[in-house]
Amino acid sequence: MAWLSENGILVGLALLDGLSYAAAVFMVAVGLNLVFGVLRVLNVAHGSLYAIGGYAAASIGLFAASLGAPPWLGLPILLAAAVLVGVVLGPLIERLLLRRMQDREPVLQLLVTFALFMILEDLQKLVWGVQPVVFDAPLKWLGTVDVPFGQDAIPFTAYQLYVLPGVALATLAILAYVLRYTLTGRMVVAVTVDREAARAMGIDAAKVTMLTFTVGAGLAALGGALAAPTVSLVPGVGASTIVLSFAVVATAGLGQIEGAAVAALLIGLGRSFAVYVAPEFEVVVPYAIMVAVLLFRPQGLFGVAETRRI
Amino acid sequence: MTRRSETLLAFAGAVLIVVLAYAVPWLRFVLTIALAKGLAVLGILLLLRAGQVSFGHALYLALAAYTVAFGALAIPEALLLLPLAAILAGLVGLLIGLFVVRYREIFFGMLNLALSMVFYSVLEKFYALTHGADGIRLPPVTVLGRPLAGESGEWTVLGIALVLALACGALVRVALASPLGEALAGIKTRETRLDFMGVSPKRVLLAAYVASAVMAGFAGAIIALTTRHVTPALSYWTTSGELVFIAILGGAGSVIGPFLGAAAYELTRVYAAATFANAWQMVLGLVLLGVIVFAPGGIWGMIASRRRAA
Repeated sequence: MAWLSENGILVGLALLDGLSYAAAVFMVAVGLNLVFGVLRVLNVAHGSLYAIGGYAAASIGLFAASLGAPPWLGLPILLAAAVLVGVVLGPLIERLLLRRMQDREPVLQLLVTFALFMILEDLQKLVWGVQPVVFDAPLKWLGTVDVPFGQDAIPFTAYQLYVLPGVALATLAILAYVLRYTLTGRMVVAVTVDREAARAMGIDAAKVTMLTFTVGAGLAALGGALAAPTVSLVPGVGASTIVLSFAVVATAGLGQIEGAAVAALLIGLGRSFAVYVAPEFEVVVPYAIMVAVLLFRPQGLFGVAETRRI
Repeated sequence: MTRRSETLLAFAGAVLIVVLAYAVPWLRFVLTIALAKGLAVLGILLLLRAGQVSFGHALYLALAAYTVAFGALAIPEALLLLPLAAILAGLVGLLIGLFVVRYREIFFGMLNLALSMVFYSVLEKFYALTHGADGIRLPPVTVLGRPLAGESGEWTVLGIALVLALACGALVRVALASPLGEALAGIKTRETRLDFMGVSPKRVLLAAYVASAVMAGFAGAIIALTTRHVTPALSYWTTSGELVFIAILGGAGSVIGPFLGAAAYELTRVYAAATFANAWQMVLGLVLLGVIVFAPGGIWGMIASRRRAA
């Protein structure tokens, strides 16, 4: 306990950092998971959508600021940019690319998204260049909050304390509600569980797929847009995001929504503690957690083992 | 295609490579790298036969390359370093293989990805030992006591790569036609049936996995001897993706496919990088998309179907 009181502030910071980090990671991972559930494709380009969401939000935000927009407008701009990216790129990618690949080998489907990742990565460099882009107006506008921790208080940005976890929680609640209690959500679940049976019952699987992919793309873009004020955007951010979301999704179990939240929290906290305790291992920790989980539960924390077909 | 015509084609290809390397000196470097990557892809081909994609074989590539870089300080003899690097890659492959062969498809791919990312960050973070992202320059190396440098050095490495490519190609060809190859294909179609026949799918996959690690090891060692500079980027997941890309580009129907794919890939990359400095990745992505959509059998598939038609 002596260590804890000595390092109280560090532990507190790691905790808060981990929470806000987990929130951003959750947004991306849950989208990836949703898309996987319905399309059965692990979308490698998902990380690019995250990056593009972030860049778009930053560009629009900086542009609005240059026109003299009030600082509170920053938050709605983040949201609008994410919706824009999702609604434009989601249906485009789904209709032009993934729909044609539906009946092909899983390896080829995966590689199509890898090709898309390569294309988007360069496209993003052509549009936004290789210099870091920073848009921290929402972060500054909301200011900092003193979080009491033991006898000490930790100054922490209100944006990371409230906005990031808030949006993540809202997303989780909305997704869980929609999937369980609305007709559209039920159709999504039906297609996830058994595409053929769902179609036999009159569900328009193509429409559900398109809708799901758009929502997934939007969530990735929202993750990027929300993270934009807290990080500087550089090329390569998409690549590192996708491998991290893979780790979250695998730890959670494929197709699990609440599982993604738990796994994101686990990995987010693990990583932020590593930053303070052993920074060299920062990047290793998420994968170490994933490997440790998969060693004991090969189907992931919340995944259901598939029955073997003969 | 008969074994005889395939053998003839392989030797014709080897002669073509030597002629090209003689006629166009700067191609020597490109062709050596292509042969090395072709070797690694040969291993990917074995796994693909079982329907499994590894998004982490860059791990073995980098492991072998760094083994050569560090080993050259103690034993600067290329003919000892090469087998040493490959054996080490094989041993690590055995260790990791024992773990990953319990998983299939996406989990198999992602676990490999995760482990290679762990290795990547170790290489990048332990600056004191590895010089981080700057990488290490290779100390002077000899072949049979003669320094490996200049034009004769380039020819020597190309020769070694060519011999290894022909030898491994022949071995893989034999292995794929053997009961092991049949069992691998069985993992892809109906694994449970293998179990019923008394064949252990895990053991079959493990054998293929170790072999693929050894071949990736040879590839990494050759790359290190050619570029004379090793960096953590060798183990980044996009390098692994590149190997899978080449496998699909070349076509998985024959052991010649990986080398055709690697040559096409390296040449496309060189030309794309020269013509579109900032968008070569996009060009590669478009090529990959084109291949998957219009020529699912890869380059080899196109040649084979033309021969069949004739």
